[in-house]
Amino acid sequence: MTQPGPGAPPAEPEAPPPPHPIVARLRERFGEEAIEIEEINGQLVARVGRERLIEVATFLRDDSALRFDHLADVTAVDYLIYNPAGGPPGEGRLPRFDVVYHLYSIALNHRLRLKVALDEDDANVPSLTGIWPSANWGERETYDMYGVTFAGHPNLTRILTPDDWQGHPLRKDYPLIEEEIEFTETLPRLNLPLRPVHERSKVDG
Amino acid sequence: MADTVAARPGTTLVEEDGKLLLNMGPQHPATHGVLRLVLELDGEIVVSCRPVIGYVHTGIEKTYENKTYHQDVTMTDRMDYLCPLSNNLAFALCVEKLFGIEAPPRAQVARVILAELTRLNSHLVWLGTQALDLGAISVFLYCFREREMLLDIFELCSGQRMMTSYIRPGGLYYDLPDDFAEKVEEILRVFPPRIDEYEDLLTNNELWRDRTIGIGKIGPADAIAWGLSGPSLRASGVNWDVRKSEPYSGYEKYEFDVPLGTNGDVYDRYMCRMREMRQSLRIIRQALDVLPGGDFVVHDHKIAFPSRTELATSMEALIHHFKIATEGYRVPAGEAFVPVESPRGEMGFYIVSDGSGKPYKAHVRAPSFYNLAAISKMAEGLYVADLVALIGSLDPVLGDVDR
Repeated sequence: MTQPGPGAPPAEPEAPPPPHPIVARLRERFGEEAIEIEEINGQLVARVGRERLIEVATFLRDDSALRFDHLADVTAVDYLIYNPAGGPPGEGRLPRFDVVYHLYSIALNHRLRLKVALDEDDANVPSLTGIWPSANWGERETYDMYGVTFAGHPNLTRILTPDDWQGHPLRKDYPLIEEEIEFTETLPRLNLPLRPVHERSKVDG
Repeated sequence: MADTVAARPGTTLVEEDGKLLLNMGPQHPATHGVLRLVLELDGEIVVSCRPVIGYVHTGIEKTYENKTYHQDVTMTDRMDYLCPLSNNLAFALCVEKLFGIEAPPRAQVARVILAELTRLNSHLVWLGTQALDLGAISVFLYCFREREMLLDIFELCSGQRMMTSYIRPGGLYYDLPDDFAEKVEEILRVFPPRIDEYEDLLTNNELWRDRTIGIGKIGPADAIAWGLSGPSLRASGVNWDVRKSEPYSGYEKYEFDVPLGTNGDVYDRYMCRMREMRQSLRIIRQALDVLPGGDFVVHDHKIAFPSRTELATSMEALIHHFKIATEGYRVPAGEAFVPVESPRGEMGFYIVSDGSGKPYKAHVRAPSFYNLAAISKMAEGLYVADLVALIGSLDPVLGDVDR
């Protein structure tokens, strides 16, 4: 590789690469503000406010350049003790939850991850069962594991845990059963109405 | 009252309009594990079918978050216990994506061979049990006879017949054994006539056709909307195979066809899987021919364990070994979703990493979970006896459904 000499003209600033067609199409329809789009590890991630979720999801499914016909998966992430934007270790992010939809277009072979951020005391999002029937069980699982509710879901009940189960197991403040629990200051709000396991082990011998 | 039946396995109820609410399962041989179906019946006809799952839920995703990545590999086996190597592969690919690395060429080709052997293994269990459900006992015996050969290979590689944990982030757990190629050659030699034999018993068998053709139909649009994947989707004529559309581990280098059905019924799902087995053999043949030598795992001791020889000679290697064993390797912060084509369909891991040795979140896109969800749609209007054929044709593994 040759180094530019002292008299060489400064390199032209490179033109930014053209946005991904999916990004361009979404920007064109919804503008810059309604949808934040970033690329993580080469995968597209779009973030949308819950008030526009149904509108965006319908567009994603029906637009001829997008055609996301396959809702692969629904889940959530609890950012109680981790902030992807940085910050001191053990400190969480607000809002606490992200509901994550993995979309795929069988017709056009592209993927998109759609996220909706939710506050803990208002963890409610419109159900997408009317758009993709496969959302039914995925949303039930997310409700069961994280306590996020889906408005308009036909049968929002627990699916993997028993109906009378207490708490939502994949929340970060839900203690892991049969393990010693460290009550440190970095893990806030551990006092759920659960019977901690170390007590149970004592009773059961 | 109807809720009581739904809540209590083993109960039945005759409703006022003469319809019967019946619990099928969770202990029922035809439900392939512990699946319970709450059926509303009009005579022998299914009016509605509501699956109740969660009987083998083990909170595996919670456990992932509390163990190191290295320990998590062993749990991936235990979800879908009929295709552990596909699960290993999906997990390894997802972690590798977060690291931004690729496994060495030898590992890549070995992964393809092993993934296809796993597909054969899984399809044999499916075929055996599906045929057993419909009364063909001999097929079951034949399938399990051939399956032993596959399990022997897995045992040869990993020391385990079922819970292999053989494919690890960065490559493989250990190099392929010396007689691996020889054993796989034997599979390639023995299997084609055996698959013919199964087909002789079933494909044109009038009883088999009566019990499967036109049963549990689902059209392509519905199949996509309900999130079906794998052979269950392709039987409806939808051409989508992750190996073709988003190739991983070098699948783009091999020639193979994606078998498609037309009617989306139990028979087409059967035909799709039978033809898929032959395609798997084709892929294994090509991969075995190009299996290169060289490393079986990346030479980065921040990710993979150092070899035994290095441990004996290098202090640094010993320290790396100790660090990985106690703390695990640190995966760069970020997130990724990587799907693979498991025998049941699109099987993917979604991992969020906070940069520590344990995943902050690890979620599984389980193909059986979504395939099974569609059963309430497909079961309407079937006879109870045909429902048994339908369950088998979706090939659900309850360990995968409940996790």
